[in-house]
Amino acid sequence: MKRVNAIVIGAGAAGGIVAKELSVAGLSVVLLERGPWYTAADCKKDDLRNQRTTVLGNAFGPEDAGNPRVWVDEAGQPHIALPSEGAYQNNAACVGGGTLSYGAQAWRYLPQDFRMRSTYGVPPGSSLEDWPISYDELEPFYEQAEYEIGISGDYSGTPFHGPRKRPLPMPPLPPNREFEILEPAAKRLGLHPFHIPMARNSVPYNGRGPCMRCRWCCGFACEVDAKNGSQNTVIPVALQSGNCELRAGCMAKEILTDERGRARGVAYFDANGRLQEQLADLVVVSACAIESARLLLNSKSRLFPNGLGNRYDQVGRHLQGHHYTGAVGYFDFETYDDVGPGASIAISDYNHGTPGMSGGGMLANEFIRLPIHMVDRLPDRTPRWGLAHKQAMREWHKRSIVIIGPTQQIPTAEGRMTVDPTVKDKWGMPVARFQGNVHPHTFEMGEVQARRAAAWLTEAGAMHTSIMAGNPALVSAGQHQAGTCRMGTDPKASVVNRDCQLHDVDNLFVIDSSVHVTNGGFNPALTIMAVAYYASSSLTRNWKGTGFRS
Amino acid sequence: MPSSRKGDLLTRRQFVAAGALGSAAIASGCRWSQRSDWQFLSEDQARTLAAICDQIIPADQFPSASEAGVLNYIDSQLMRSYRRHRELYRHGLEQAQAISRQRYGRDLAELTPTQQFEIVSALEAHEGPFFTLARNHTMEGYYGSPRHGGNRDAVSWRMLGLSEPPPLGRAQYDLTKGGSQ
Repeated sequence: MKRVNAIVIGAGAAGGIVAKELSVAGLSVVLLERGPWYTAADCKKDDLRNQRTTVLGNAFGPEDAGNPRVWVDEAGQPHIALPSEGAYQNNAACVGGGTLSYGAQAWRYLPQDFRMRSTYGVPPGSSLEDWPISYDELEPFYEQAEYEIGISGDYSGTPFHGPRKRPLPMPPLPPNREFEILEPAAKRLGLHPFHIPMARNSVPYNGRGPCMRCRWCCGFACEVDAKNGSQNTVIPVALQSGNCELRAGCMAKEILTDERGRARGVAYFDANGRLQEQLADLVVVSACAIESARLLLNSKSRLFPNGLGNRYDQVGRHLQGHHYTGAVGYFDFETYDDVGPGASIAISDYNHGTPGMSGGGMLANEFIRLPIHMVDRLPDRTPRWGLAHKQAMREWHKRSIVIIGPTQQIPTAEGRMTVDPTVKDKWGMPVARFQGNVHPHTFEMGEVQARRAAAWLTEAGAMHTSIMAGNPALVSAGQHQAGTCRMGTDPKASVVNRDCQLHDVDNLFVIDSSVHVTNGGFNPALTIMAVAYYASSSLTRNWKGTGFRS
Repeated sequence: MPSSRKGDLLTRRQFVAAGALGSAAIASGCRWSQRSDWQFLSEDQARTLAAICDQIIPADQFPSASEAGVLNYIDSQLMRSYRRHRELYRHGLEQAQAISRQRYGRDLAELTPTQQFEIVSALEAHEGPFFTLARNHTMEGYYGSPRHGGNRDAVSWRMLGLSEPPPLGRAQYDLTKGGSQ
């Protein structure tokens, strides 16, 4: 196989952008993706088999057979998790990664989100830390992501956002009924509601049409291709450059290193299950936090007996996602207008500044609830089954609103993943193993956020509310997984430097949510994208043909 | 990826229902599948499970779970995504029969609705894992996508007042605004 300049592993939010930036800059690129390339025609709108409700499996991978992971409970007992089960912490396995089927909220983190340690200090037992890069350094790349991926929305209603040079490229979708109910209530409470930024066309953009506002959005591929992910934006540009080859159905096995300890290529299983070797001048790992860390840990050699980048046992630590809490409000009038995507209005008043607490999160109304989602979101004293349950479904499905938000998790060094000593996947590779949890302060903050959601619903006219909060026993990384290959300046306390380059190996990069030091109180996709543009820019600037400027 | 096309999943019972559509091809197709109505369940198991599902979602002015095809859903998934739950279903249905015979000397399916409610409540109390599974699968079959054999004719979605078929291609945007690129 012909040697190339760069191999990018994983065609998701970050990998698609890196492949595009490198190939457009003139590097030859092979983009490896374990899953297939789906299109709008694969949008089946199956309530029971999508990427959010997975009782009949994941619509966009991985499949349950042959892809186990292991989680360890509080008593130290290991359990197998299947890809369609929550404990698996799944994202997706396909071209586009999570961005094919996500809800597409496209948030910038706030300036404080990059300076959590400086802002709050370190809660005892936590590993709260500052990013080595600032909001201001990322700002131009946030803008690049907003314009190249295509974001609609309107920040003008809130002062709680970082400085920005240009408005979003598309206006928000017109408000749905929930927006109209919730907006005046938030204002009466002195809050600052605004239109959620979304990677979704509200008007024709990038050669594709606008959202048709159907009921099936978060968890589904978009039937009319109005939702913007890497699969319908940057990856086609990469392929059009003539410098990028996408190899779908290819699972990376390990990163190969030479006798000097530099990356020389990737061993992977091709779509027919045959082991192949692709050689390259540099390797970028963009497989999302859990699989990127697993690949580094599974790439062992004489020089790297504990895996790549893991000289100081840092790979896999600080695993985090978001702690989702909120409330359901029940109304005596219809709140449901069947106008998708449903999620429309948010506040970021509570992301920071709660006295005595660290961090917080954005609160927003939920995506349209399909009937199957309503089954367990009825008022607190509703029986689980029987005629009363059926009647409650009829009574509340169209007269309820959910407000929910991603509470920023306070990471710990012990809330982490490793690779399991015995369990292997269908390719014979050790699988991810989760243990530990985020800092309990996270759950206190989540409880506060849930009560704030309930207060907003009550102000909007809810007759009563149900709180959704709790203390999960396992880190809830899932689709927002982050933090396993921390970015930092100290090689003993982080895995990559501020350019996403391994401290240990100068031609090996991790560019995805793995490098997030903390994960903000927002959906992480746009930050993953901004970091990918930022790191690609450093990479191409320092690239000098076959190596790097020192 | 396992196919989820409707045609692959039809049981004879569904063929009979589908016969209302008047397709001669479908009607003739059922002749050689008469040996069993179900893919996984025995007739006895199906009767017991129907009684349980119809307590979980009883009939009122809208159909019960079994009337909406929930058994088709569970039976077909026991051959597919829920193969791993077969043992729990076997065990749970046996227990349901045992409790029913012990208390009333008859099969669960032959009891009055009040008696059935009592037995299903006992199942919830004493056979938690099975009951929770059956309850969740009943909800999935009733409120989930009709393509899997339940929620026949989208009956639960109609019950909730959702337009069926759903509105598509709604242009609620203003093309004169925005789009600065």
